[in-house]
Amino acid sequence: MTGYGKILFNPLFKNNPIAIQILGICSALAVTSKMQTTLVMCISVICILGLSNLFISMIRKFMPSSIRLIIEMTIIATLVIIADQIIKAYMFEISKQLSVFVGLIITNCIILGRAEAFAVNNPPIKSLLDGIGNAAGYSIVLIQVAFARELIGSGELLGFTIMKPVTEGGWYTPNGLFLLAPSAFFLIGVIIWAAKLTVAKEDA
Amino acid sequence: MLEAYLALFIKAVFIENIALTFFLGMCTFIAVSKTVETAFGLGIAVVVVQTITVPVNNLIFAYVLKDGALSWAGLGNVDLTFIGLVTYIGVIAAIVQILEMALDKYVPALYNALGIFLPLITVNCAILGGSLFMVQREYNFGESVVYGMGSGVGWALAIVALAGLREKMKYASVPKGLDGAGITFIVAGIMAIAFMLFSGIQL
Repeated sequence: MTGYGKILFNPLFKNNPIAIQILGICSALAVTSKMQTTLVMCISVICILGLSNLFISMIRKFMPSSIRLIIEMTIIATLVIIADQIIKAYMFEISKQLSVFVGLIITNCIILGRAEAFAVNNPPIKSLLDGIGNAAGYSIVLIQVAFARELIGSGELLGFTIMKPVTEGGWYTPNGLFLLAPSAFFLIGVIIWAAKLTVAKEDA
Repeated sequence: MLEAYLALFIKAVFIENIALTFFLGMCTFIAVSKTVETAFGLGIAVVVVQTITVPVNNLIFAYVLKDGALSWAGLGNVDLTFIGLVTYIGVIAAIVQILEMALDKYVPALYNALGIFLPLITVNCAILGGSLFMVQREYNFGESVVYGMGSGVGWALAIVALAGLREKMKYASVPKGLDGAGITFIVAGIMAIAFMLFSGIQL
């Protein structure tokens, strides 16, 4: 694989930010009870992480290291405000469901982590790819969790009925636990388990 | 009056536990819960910072950012709510910094006990989340003090309990690959189920 491809694809599975590095867990647990909100969240994170890495990398040579964190936080917060306003303007219903979690992208550890670990030492294009790759790795895990939670929890996907629940004359009894908080912990625990076993095998 | 505050406090600590029902501050929740001692230190730091930042952000929201809030300065039709996020995170970073310097000077014992955890709190989403929930639920100043403290105590309680479980878990034989972060998630999930019992409480 070429250098750029490696930067983009490595975080997808081998160095996945959630399953391997255990970063950015809060939003992974909180927004995944429905597929639709999860997709909106994933797209926001991909845009914000890509752009924040790009901008931070562009000014990396002019940043005094003593106030580096504040500059990075300001850039990230500005991008999050833009995303928040766009979601509020065009998808008001979804913004209600996401509640404070769009704002909390600011404190998502993946974003500051990538800025500190990658963007401050690497040129802009590489940083952009690294940002998109990591956000995509985050999205893969979120979509898996949301798929399981929405399908098992309510028999629907993206709002369409896949398995008809008993209450509407079908055969499927929805497992309400999957719509509630604890199921997300279990699912992510199992995903981490699976990821660790497969990655450990590759290394051996 | 006092009763309402007490109800809000209980609600913030147990029924709407910020770690186990809203999943805030998860990264530190999983990473720093290996021993009870460090978990307790971090918990205290979160309670202190949360009790200060939520009311301060409440004042800033009420007198500067809210629609029409600047009427005392003759700018009645200015709505600054859109810069809320960057303001709150700035306030949190500033307060953590000031607290660090003040503790270092006046209460060095507590400063040494908290150590590395204070600066880490800036990027703990429980803190920013507390401020955002305060704005969303339109708490007044008194309520925001109670809510800030309650949510901090709730988070501290959850992390100390998890650390206690993890200390015992050292003696269990966990399957390969599931040990470490994986089993911690599953334990936290079971704790979240336990905390769901509180949601039956009517206040």
